[in-house]
Amino acid sequence: MTTLNSRIPEGPIADKWTNYKNNIRLVNPANKRSIDVIVVGTGLAGGSAAATLAELGYNVKAFCYQDSPRRAHSIAAQGGINAAKNYQGDGDSTYRLFYDTVKGGDYRSREANVHRLAEVSTNIIDQCVAQGVPFARDYGGLLDNRSFGGVQVSRTFYAKGQTGQQLLLGCYSAMSRQIGKGKIQMYNRHEMLDVVVVDGKARGIIARNLVNGEIERHSAHAVVIASGGYGNVFFLSTNAMGSNVSAGWKVHKRGAHFANPCFTQIHPTCIPQHGDQQSKLTLMSESLRNDGRIWVPAKKEDAEAIRAGKMSPLDIAEEDRDYYLERRYPSFGNLVPRDVASRAAKERCDAGFGVGTNETGEAVYLDFSSAIMRYGQEEANVKGYHNQSESQIRALGEKVVENKYGNLFQMYEKITADNPYKVPMKIYPAVHYTMGGVWVDYNLMTTIPGCYAIGEANFSDHGANRLGASALMQGLADGYFVLPYTIGDYLADDIRTGAIPTDTPEFDEAEKSVKDRIDFFLNNKGSKSVDHFHKRLGKVMWNKVGMARNEKGLKEAIAEIKEIREEFWKEVTVPGTNDSMNPELEKAGRVADFLELGELFARDALEREESCGGHYREEHSTEEGEAVRDDENFTHASVWEYKGEPSDAVLHKEELIYENIELKTRSYK
Amino acid sequence: MSAQKGLNLTLKVWRQKNNKDKGQMETYQVADISTDSSFLEMMDILNEQLIAEGKEPVAFDHDCREGICGSCSMYINGEAHGPGREITTCQLHMREFKDGDTIYIEPWRAKAFPVIKDLVVDRSAFDRVMAAGGFISVNTSGNTQDANSIPIEKADADKAFDAATCIGCGACVASCKNASAMLFVSAKVSQFALLPQGQVEAKERVQNMVKVMDEEGFGNCSNTGACEVECPKGISLENIARMNREYLSASVTSDK
Ligand SMILES: Cc1cc2nc3c(=O)[nH]c(=O)nc-3n(C[C@H](O)[C@H](O)[C@H](O)COP(=O)(O)OP(=O)(O)OC[C@H]3O[C@@H](n4cnc5c(N)ncnc54)[C@H](O)[C@@H]3O)c2cc1C
Ligand code: SF4
Ligand code: FES
Repeated sequence: MTTLNSRIPEGPIADKWTNYKNNIRLVNPANKRSIDVIVVGTGLAGGSAAATLAELGYNVKAFCYQDSPRRAHSIAAQGGINAAKNYQGDGDSTYRLFYDTVKGGDYRSREANVHRLAEVSTNIIDQCVAQGVPFARDYGGLLDNRSFGGVQVSRTFYAKGQTGQQLLLGCYSAMSRQIGKGKIQMYNRHEMLDVVVVDGKARGIIARNLVNGEIERHSAHAVVIASGGYGNVFFLSTNAMGSNVSAGWKVHKRGAHFANPCFTQIHPTCIPQHGDQQSKLTLMSESLRNDGRIWVPAKKEDAEAIRAGKMSPLDIAEEDRDYYLERRYPSFGNLVPRDVASRAAKERCDAGFGVGTNETGEAVYLDFSSAIMRYGQEEANVKGYHNQSESQIRALGEKVVENKYGNLFQMYEKITADNPYKVPMKIYPAVHYTMGGVWVDYNLMTTIPGCYAIGEANFSDHGANRLGASALMQGLADGYFVLPYTIGDYLADDIRTGAIPTDTPEFDEAEKSVKDRIDFFLNNKGSKSVDHFHKRLGKVMWNKVGMARNEKGLKEAIAEIKEIREEFWKEVTVPGTNDSMNPELEKAGRVADFLELGELFARDALEREESCGGHYREEHSTEEGEAVRDDENFTHASVWEYKGEPSDAVLHKEELIYENIELKTRSYK
Repeated sequence: MSAQKGLNLTLKVWRQKNNKDKGQMETYQVADISTDSSFLEMMDILNEQLIAEGKEPVAFDHDCREGICGSCSMYINGEAHGPGREITTCQLHMREFKDGDTIYIEPWRAKAFPVIKDLVVDRSAFDRVMAAGGFISVNTSGNTQDANSIPIEKADADKAFDAATCIGCGACVASCKNASAMLFVSAKVSQFALLPQGQVEAKERVQNMVKVMDEEGFGNCSNTGACEVECPKGISLENIARMNREYLSASVTSDK
């Protein structure tokens, strides 16, 4: 049994990272040239890591399943990235960002990691601006900020609603520079299908060339997993279609422990599902909550009339609207954190006040009319217009709102064919982000020596709930500023190792297991498609392991997922061959892994007898539906060791010690 | 939301096994497509149907399904990304079509974008153009100056942002009769030309990127403007003009 050593450095929290950096071993530039590092994934985490490791002098081999690193899922992030710059002078500081993140994560993250994240956050902005990332600016030419759910300062940097795109393109351009120099070997359209462990250390991967189906062996002195999150275990989520758990799951099966699989974030502001032909859900950035007010009708009969198409939201008088977030949480109002906002929406819809046109009525309104009128009036005052009519003021206000959120409004209109300037948006929570992931120590190393996990693929920084705009921050912090230090300390032992051969028994074995699986899929002439199973898994996950969970449902889910898995291995059919591009084959492998992860996910949720952050057990809640945490018994990360079937996984606990922030009930009232 | 309506459609889809195969159009029928579905959701339904019939599904590139990753590349009824301006295929919804329509679906066609399979083409030429200069040469070590010590006029920042929103989809190349990559390259060149950080190596950048663009087999720009019309992100022809100015001044003053 492996023991968990989180390797948190000694000393006061504010000095840990500095002291640590001062004491680690360094690899001199000449030696770096003889060391190879594999980076799986080229999103913000993997892309920034690959660029920086190459910059430092290592030979980097980077892999992604898309046709270019520029298309990684990070590209879709909308709202922004946090940094404790305090440019607005509203009282922000490293400590406050640290505090908000720990509290926002419901005290289930690791203090030392979060503090380091807050410390390096300011560097990220400097770095990105130097690379030419066009962040929003104010009229004085300085950087602009906005605020995001769960905090009371404006610390979020943004580039309209396309922040992830701009950050990723920055990162991709840094990679391009190293690719041009020959320091990064880029393997586009390649999927990692296994990790190779030699003498207990990660020494390479098996990858499949997705264009011609060739199985390739790649060796290195260290392997970095930056493969993103696994929210697609729910089938419907805001994640890109190809996002998957496979890389993380493969290292888990080879000895890397997997932590807190059940911590999933449900995002409150997504476009509701339109019907069963749906393939994915679309997020509306939560920055919209800065100006949009969330409500449902106060009277059930109004909600029913809306659902039946007999009434429009515009017919509901102000006093007949229930601005339930403002009512329940007066100090944060519409800006409560995501888990709180999501549950509150579900509660109203379950109680019959939802306004969705689907059978369950699943939608609430996100209304911009007061913001439009407020901004319109401000504009009129600034421009010195007097005696404007209501419609003139509205037009001025719409312009202001368009400047702030234009592309989001446009996206909404394209998908729903409704005009959100005139009629309130309909929104509903959807699966968005996974806080769980591969367990890592302070060095970001997994329980397999030489195997690292960064970005959304690891578990450490967000606890049970992620505050807005902090995933991008973590991805870039890990890749640009943390891993490049910590990995050096490990690689210092490898300066004399020389190139790692790929003709060893360990590579043979890993390659064989990959090939056997592919052969199985192509030869198993079953009767059902891969998506058939994925959709079934997704339904079980959403209904029983989703926004609210209870013991009975979780036990049923575990049994049902097992059944689906068994049937999958009997009945799945994968057309086509292995010598050319075969997207169905790619999906089959990913869904096979989701079917295992799904069960572990449900087990983890069952074991955690408390409600915290994105994890809500109905048995542990107050009369008013607020989550009840159990710090005495659950101030730990649940860390699972692979032993074959998910039901055999062994649970380890990493105690989480709060020395700097007092554990308090998290309240946004 | 508009009422759901089931469309019955005839699809003419380009099928091509690999780069060596000649390829041909195949005809398929799909039924009961919701008008609220996206075009790619319709393709998913076609594929489920093909799998059920024991046939190979149609390969097409897609990932984010939100109009931002630039993956989904198809020619629909003779237009890159289909009807409607400033949208990608994943943002195209079936309410744009009528019951009984016949829809033609083909891959991008350009020498620099060889077909990999069915509707999937190889756009890695774009990555090689980027590797030739699509960056600012700054270390990624974080020891840069404070971000606010580089003030940028809002109008410039906004223009740079507009140029930077190119998603690298290749619709501009596909819709240009010369298969020119000018709109794509000029978007990147413009972004950096408009920012103080990008000035130092501006000349080298534009020269190198244009050189590789030519080597990759993209055609010349003859100012037809088809690229701008089909660009899902509204990247404007102004960028091409700006790039031409940059290129010209680089060639005049360069000591190379
Ligand atoms: C719609 C949306 C909006 C968001 N908005 C925000 C926001 O405003 N602010 C914020 O902070 N966060 C936001 N997030 C969250 C944030 O975008 C992600 O958490 C973050 O980008 C993840 O980055 P990553 O580098 O860890 O992984 P990803 O960007 O997901 O990259 C994964 C990479 O791994 C590769 N890969 C995966 N598996 C394999 C394999 N087996 N072999 C080879 N390659 C593989 C992929 O090709 C890809 O390159 C948003 C998320 C979504 C879905
Ligand atoms: S310029 Fe427009 S059409 Fe061309 S690649 Fe960029 S986004 Fe696509
Ligand atoms: S799938 Fe990403 S742009 Fe269409």
